[in-house]
Amino acid sequence: MKGRKDMRPPSHRLRLAALVGLAGFALASAPPAMAQKKYDPGASDTEIKVGNIMPYSGPASAYGIIGQTEAAYFKKVNAEGGVNGRKINFISYDDAYSPPKAVEQARKLVESDGVLLLFQSLGTPSNTAIQKYMNAKKVPQLFVATGATKWGNPKEFPWTMGWQPTYQSEARIYAKFILDNYPNGKIGVLYQNDDYGKDYLKGLKDGLGDKVSMIVAEVPYETSDPTVDSQIVKLKASGADIFFNVGTPKFAAQAIKKVAEIGWKPVQILNNVSNSIGGVLSAAGLENSKGVLSTIYYKGPTDPTWKDDPGFKAWSVFMDTYYPGGDRTDNSTVYGYLLGQTLVQVLKQCGDDLTRENVMRQAANLNHLELDMLLPGIAIDTSPTRYYPLEQMQMERFDGERWQLFGPVMAGTVSG
Amino acid sequence: MELLLQQILAGLATGTIYACIALAIVMTYLAIGHLNFAQGEMAMFSTFVAWQLIQWGVPYWITFLATISLSFLGGVLIERVVLRPIHNAPVLSHVAVFIGLLAILNSLAGFIWNFSVKPFPTPFGTAALGEGGFVSAHQVGMIAVTLVVLAFLYAFFRFTRIGLAMRAAAADPVSARLVGIRVDWMMALGWGMASSIGAIAGMMIAPIVFLEPNMMLGVLLYGFAGAVLGGLASPLGAVCGGLIVGVIENLAGTFIPVIGGELKFTIALVVIVAVLLMKPQGLFGRPVLHRV
Amino acid sequence: MSLPSDETLEAVPQPAVAGRMSPSLLVRSGFGLSALAVALILPLLTPSFLTFQLTLVLVYAIAIMGLNLLTGFNGQFSLGHSAFYAIGAYTAAILMDKASLPYALTLPAAGVTCFIFGFLFGLPALRLEGVYLALATFALAVATPQILKLSPLEYWTGGVQGIVIDKPDAPFGLPLNQDQWLYYFTLLVAVAMTIVATNLVASRTGRSMMAIRDNPTAARSMGINIALYKSLTFGVSALYTGVAGALGAIVVQFVAPDSFTFFLSISLLVGLVVGGVGWIPGAFFGGAFVLFVPNFAESLSKGLSGAVYGVMIILLIYVMPSGAAGLARMAGRLRHARGDRS
Repeated sequence: MKGRKDMRPPSHRLRLAALVGLAGFALASAPPAMAQKKYDPGASDTEIKVGNIMPYSGPASAYGIIGQTEAAYFKKVNAEGGVNGRKINFISYDDAYSPPKAVEQARKLVESDGVLLLFQSLGTPSNTAIQKYMNAKKVPQLFVATGATKWGNPKEFPWTMGWQPTYQSEARIYAKFILDNYPNGKIGVLYQNDDYGKDYLKGLKDGLGDKVSMIVAEVPYETSDPTVDSQIVKLKASGADIFFNVGTPKFAAQAIKKVAEIGWKPVQILNNVSNSIGGVLSAAGLENSKGVLSTIYYKGPTDPTWKDDPGFKAWSVFMDTYYPGGDRTDNSTVYGYLLGQTLVQVLKQCGDDLTRENVMRQAANLNHLELDMLLPGIAIDTSPTRYYPLEQMQMERFDGERWQLFGPVMAGTVSG
Repeated sequence: MELLLQQILAGLATGTIYACIALAIVMTYLAIGHLNFAQGEMAMFSTFVAWQLIQWGVPYWITFLATISLSFLGGVLIERVVLRPIHNAPVLSHVAVFIGLLAILNSLAGFIWNFSVKPFPTPFGTAALGEGGFVSAHQVGMIAVTLVVLAFLYAFFRFTRIGLAMRAAAADPVSARLVGIRVDWMMALGWGMASSIGAIAGMMIAPIVFLEPNMMLGVLLYGFAGAVLGGLASPLGAVCGGLIVGVIENLAGTFIPVIGGELKFTIALVVIVAVLLMKPQGLFGRPVLHRV
Repeated sequence: MSLPSDETLEAVPQPAVAGRMSPSLLVRSGFGLSALAVALILPLLTPSFLTFQLTLVLVYAIAIMGLNLLTGFNGQFSLGHSAFYAIGAYTAAILMDKASLPYALTLPAAGVTCFIFGFLFGLPALRLEGVYLALATFALAVATPQILKLSPLEYWTGGVQGIVIDKPDAPFGLPLNQDQWLYYFTLLVAVAMTIVATNLVASRTGRSMMAIRDNPTAARSMGINIALYKSLTFGVSALYTGVAGALGAIVVQFVAPDSFTFFLSISLLVGLVVGGVGWIPGAFFGGAFVLFVPNFAESLSKGLSGAVYGVMIILLIYVMPSGAAGLARMAGRLRHARGDRS
């Protein structure tokens, strides 16, 4: 019977065809991120090349541990399947904290290794040296490892973004604390004579506003100075009763020790770059460090408060498994871990659109990202007009054994 | 006035560090006839070895002696193995090899013990002495040790045959060989001693500046300045030079307005260079005569 | 400090008997010409990044040449050349940044400035010898980054932030990208300065310089004005390194006090020894060493890159105690011997 075949319900086939048509239509009109894969140099179906410049040798080599932590973190991510199925190829070079070398390494990463983005390049001079180049080449200079305030400038440098709370915003928090608690105090500042030190100083002055005359002494030191003893003597002689210690770990420790030795008992405020118990306070003497104030935005690696915290335990397992040789008392290991997590979030948000433009777009589109090693109440927020991922901190006081958090989570917002 | 006295005291205290290192530098110079750039790194490495021994539970004074001996051996070894092949090479090649040594030791220390700052114990206690506590017990102990080493060196070079032989070998190797002195072994011995003294300096300095692979960089500059100021051939000069440098640096930093704090080291160096221009052999050195 | 003295004698041109030149001079100029030819073609074939690196090699070579004139040929030991490099770099940067001077003109400006500084430094340094001179130059090297950071000077120097400068484009619409053009520009300067230096050391002035190094007393009794020559040499040496600094600033597009630490002086010294003290073309080998070997060391071992670098320096000195100059001399002698036999 000829007709029977034709008698098959046309709706069946039609339905099938309609389905196929609909599916095709859906695919064709879906947002590009879903359907098409877009790659810039450094990205492919199987890998994402991430470039990094760190001082593994030279005067700032103590920070090399950050790069090593990040490398270990990406190993973990890769072992767990990568990001959207792609492995992260982390290429890290040494610049010995020398700007010309940083330029060379940045060019190598972009032009020779063909990385998708530069991540966590460390040091203000090195980053200043490569900033123009990175922006001209339209390659992301993402989450630079310095707290200098100038990195949050999307208007002029849309491809450069910092990550940590800026030095100025931290100093403003201290300024507010001083104004609230010691309105008649006299402040003496020890600062490293470079970008980092001067940024803190500016933040403090801005934060004090018209009470800036509370600062009675500003004494610099050079990294080539063997000790800061004479600076401390000078500060004591100035009659200051509040001591703002803007030193990198070694010098901060020397300062605290000398302050105790000469019997000076000011209110001590320590910048959070150097508030590691293992690295700084034990060298300075735990007794000498009693009462020192600082700020922090993540869970301290030696703080027993977090013993049972799941986030802390996860970090602990990470260190045991992927970076067993790392110094667990060094804050840098937590810092590196958080940065790794942040980058992975950005890359995840990119999906299959791994163009440099999209990387920056996603980096400027982090909404209330709460990572498990950040303090409760602190989150990462970015927008196309605000390139300061982290702005919040909490103050803490050292009691001779551990840091005790106190007060609310604050933001020392810097305008612009 | 009070601040002036305080800074002078503080300067002398810091100067003890420089004096210690300056002594090691002068020892090297006397033993081998040129400056060893790797001196600081060798001292640093020895101090790390000491730290490691202490971590393993060895008591302080035994560690102290063990480190001195190990450093002595290390110094001899370096001279025999690394420097032997280039004995006849031009001076600048020696300098390049020292630079190479410097890089190796620094990198190795960082690799083995990482770059974070470590406290180092002091046998003298941490009490602060005197009015205002500008000088710590450790610093007093340090200068005492430095003076003991100084006395030892003086006695060694002046009264022992080997000391005399070493001075001869460094001053005029050819003639020394002619009178039967084993110049090669004198050099090795000199390196060993210099290495030991460097280790002592390192162990004395570390409690103050904290132990890390780059700890000697700043100190070496000042020690070098102090050694030259005192006249490179005089151990006593080295100690005095170091102390003077400490005081100048402190006073410059405190009393010269605006740029004083930023240029402390420069000012100290300018003063030294000025002194050298007037007395080219340093404060305690003897004028070198050029015979035509 | 040993010097391949037979080489310098040969560098003095023989009286021109038509068509006749000493064989090793021919060989060397042959080698030199082919090296130049390679240098000219290279940037057209290599990726931009390598061109950038090669340009830096040339920059360091010029700086090392300057150091060689002072330490190699005149016997004055300098640990302070990073200071002259810095002065040259900042002169160029400030002129480009504040006075909008065209980059090519910054080179003579840097050169002159450094010559003056070098000469003025050389005058009091006359009284110092050996180690003491080393200290004085060392003081200069350490002082320079500190002076560059001084707050009163911040308007000019940019303080710790430094100065960012623009890279120039190829002129006259030549079909070269920025890196290639800068390479050729630097190559031109390098070749010109090499020729000048070679002629300088071969001239009477050069021989006076070397006489002062080898035997100052004899030199004085021959009527050579030691003070004048030593200071002039300081000046010329500073000029060379200053021009290198200016070029370096343009190539890197950034100057900051941290770029010019004492470590730069040490690198230049290592480059000098590797290239060969007292041999002008050795500077190119030295420059290549200074740029590429640290990268190579890093690729071998990130944690121990410094150690690898140190080991390489030491091994190099063992194998070639007189640097590349020693190798060249050996090659020259071999050819000489072969040439004589035929």
